[in-house]
Formats: sequence, C-alpha cells, structure tokens
Amino acid sequence: MKGFGRYVIFLGSLFVRRESFKTYYNLTLEECIQIGLKSVLLFMLVSTFMGAVTTIQTAANLVSPFVPRFVIAQVVREMTVLELAPTIMAVIFAGKVGSSMAGGLGTMRITEQIDALEVMGINASSYLVLPKIIAALLMYPLLVIVSGVCAILGGYIVGSLTGALTPTEYIYGIRYTFNPYFITFALTKSFTFAFLISSISSFKGYFTNGGALEVGIASTNAVTTSIIAVLLSDYFLAYLLL
Amino acid sequence: MIKIKNISKTFGDKTVLSGISGEFEKGKTNLIIGSSGTGKSVLLKCIVGLFQPDTGSVFFDLRNFTEADKEMKSEIRREIGMLFQGGALFDSKNVEENVMFPLDILTRMNPEEKIERVNFCLKRVGLEGVNKKKPSEISGGMKKRVGIARAIVNNPNYLFCDEPNSGLDPQTSILIDELIMEITHEFDITTVVVTHDMNSVLGIGEKIMFLYKGSKLWEGSNNDLTHSGVKELDDFVFTNKVMRSLKGS
Repeated sequence: MKGFGRYVIFLGSLFVRRESFKTYYNLTLEECIQIGLKSVLLFMLVSTFMGAVTTIQTAANLVSPFVPRFVIAQVVREMTVLELAPTIMAVIFAGKVGSSMAGGLGTMRITEQIDALEVMGINASSYLVLPKIIAALLMYPLLVIVSGVCAILGGYIVGSLTGALTPTEYIYGIRYTFNPYFITFALTKSFTFAFLISSISSFKGYFTNGGALEVGIASTNAVTTSIIAVLLSDYFLAYLLL
Repeated sequence: MIKIKNISKTFGDKTVLSGISGEFEKGKTNLIIGSSGTGKSVLLKCIVGLFQPDTGSVFFDLRNFTEADKEMKSEIRREIGMLFQGGALFDSKNVEENVMFPLDILTRMNPEEKIERVNFCLKRVGLEGVNKKKPSEISGGMKKRVGIARAIVNNPNYLFCDEPNSGLDPQTSILIDELIMEITHEFDITTVVVTHDMNSVLGIGEKIMFLYKGSKLWEGSNNDLTHSGVKELDDFVFTNKVMRSLKGS
C-alpha cells in the first residue's frame, strides 16, 4: 500500500511546476520516435506471425465438415482484435519500452542527472516522465492498430499459401458478423495499458537507489509489475465493458 | 553569502548531520571537508534543496530557502550552479547541448546569444572544439570541465561542487581546483566545495569547515588548518606521508 501511495503522489507530481508547452512538445516528439517508430518493426513482425500461427492452429482444430472454413478467419479476427493486438502486444511493449524507460531513468538517477535537473529548479519527474506517458498514450494505440492489421494480413497470407482457406473465404470470415464495438474496446484497453506500462515503468526507474545492479532490478520490476497490472486491468475491462 | 543554521538530517534511525551552523562567504572558495561518510555531500544536498533538512534553515543572501514558497525556491535555484561528482552530464545530449540546457530552460535568449554564451563558457574552462561530442566520447577531466561550464553558463551567484576532483589524476585535479578558484574570484560568486582531497584543501580552501561524524568540529582558513589543535582534524590532515613530513619539519 505504501508503494501504491508513492505511485499516486508521483503521478500527482507530474502536473505541478511544469515547463513551457514548447519544451514538452519537443520532448514528446522525441519520445514518440523512441517509443513508437522504433517499435513498429518488432510489432509488425510479431503480429504477422501471431496471425499466421493462429490461422494454422485454428484450421488444424476445426476438422468438422459442419463448420464452414470462413470461421477460421472469424476466430483470427476476434482473437486479434480482443486479445492479441492490445494485450499480448502490451506484454511486448512492457518488455521493450517499459524496461527501457525504467533503465534510462534509473541510470539518470544513479548518475545524478535527475539531481542536476532538480538543482536547476526543474520539476524532474514532470520534465522526464510526462512526455513519456503522453507519447505512450499517443503511440501505443497506433501500434495496436498496426499490429491488428498485420496479424490479419499474416493470417490471410498463410491461409492462402497453405490452402487452409481461400482468400475469398478469409475475407468473408473477417467481415462476417463484425462488431465495431470490439475496436472501441480494443482501443480503450490500449490507452489503459499504455498509461499503466509507461507510468509504472517510469515510477520504478525514477526511484532507483544504488548502482548498476539496482538499475537492472528496477527494469525487471518495471516489466513484471507492468505485466501484472496489464493482466489485472484486462480482466476488469473485459468484465466491465463486454 | 550563504548562511546555514542548525542543520540536522537523519535517515531512518541514523543521524547523518546534527546541528550544523556556519557561513559561506561571497567571492571565496568555501570548503566542506571531512572523511568519507561524515555527511559532507548530505550537507551540500541539504543546502541546495535536494534533501529537506529535519531541522534548521539555509539562507541565500538573507532569503530563507528552507521555508521559501515554490516560486521563491525556483528563483533561488536559478541562481545556483552545481558541479556533480561524476559531472552528471545528460547522456543523450552533446557537450554544447549540455551546456546550453540551463539557457534553454531558464532564459529567453535567442539561439545566437545562447551559442555565444556556450562558446564563451567552454572557452573559459579550456574546452574548444568539442561542442558536438557526446559525454561518452570525452575524458573524466573534460566531463568535469563541461560540468563547470554548465554550472556557470547562467551566471550563477552560488556555485556548488561535490568532490570536483574525485577520480582525476593529480595534475587534472589541480587544473580543476584552479579553475574553480579563478571562476569564483572572476565572477565574485559564493562557491562551496565538498572535498576530502588535501591538495584541494591547501590549494583553494579560503574558508574551511571540517565535519566529523555529522558535526562541525572546526572552521577557519587553510593557514590555520595545520595548527587547529583539534585532534580529529589533525588526524584527517596528517594522514598522508607528505603532510606528516611537513608536520615533522
């Protein structure tokens, strides 16, 4: 509970004694490049394979002649939109971006760079962390959209190449009984996960004490805590919104 | 001038500083000396506001920093320059950007004025032609000099240096010490240096405060250092062979 209290106070500190809008604008753009653009390839690669694997495994399990083959595409769509793109990618996002945030801030802490900012009269938490959270909120939903498209494309390519289902069946299945609310749900989840991962990782890194070993521990803690928070919130969001 | 009154600080049940008072004079290099773990850096961090002291106050030219509101604290902090033990340069920025950083954040100078000021400060600390290098590409001594350039770029009234020559070879240490002293006199600022290096103490210590186990045991100039009559200070000063031989002669 003490840790949670410190986390809430830390979040509150991001919004006091802020610098100029221009400062945050530039920092947020830099973070968007770090968080978003530099993660796109990894997200595309992982998603494409996940979509492909989901297609093959679903095809292998749907052996009944009474189940039409387009259902494979329908399963791929629902899994991608509801879980794979927002939630599984959040685990990867925590591993790549969250650990980097915690490690970067932890290193800044132990090398007194954060102290240097404070001495200059700058609110270091706001200056360093707020742009990261804003950038994560902007970029993660976009990454989830890219991820969803790639997963569905991956399924399409593999389904066609292996003959599990024809392109026409796949497209029909993707469009069949499509519920647009699931996209809203996936984006709501992605905003929530982006906030949790970026804020928890920053919190863990910002309060690192000690040396290189502790920076490593902070990074690990950031990833594990973020993933637990993501999974818990995933359950509650599903319970509340579906 | 900086005045501290009755500064105490504890971490958990460990008392690190107890009731320290004193004055750091303008235009002089004021030294806080003592063995490792005596609370020198903690005292420095209490003075600059990185730690909140449990008791006591810090006055910057009669302005009570400890009890000041956020605006006043911000105003005072803008008059502070600080050199950290490891330089504390921002890894993601090059030398020029590091030195320019306080100007970007704290002033409304135009880009040309900023570049001019940065080049002046880098020249002043004897570093030219390294503007575009990253901190990882320069030596420890150069990092300290960049740190000094960053500390003085915004014309501070108060300069704080935490172990400015730790990890440096003796020659570079002397250069850094001399630079700190020259800058103090040239810009007539109040400089406070934390050190345990006797070369620095004897070389630049115009006013010295000796800490022992979190308490102030002695205060004076480097001329009086060797005949203070304080046993703990004598033990600290005459630790190395050169100083012992001087005492013997």
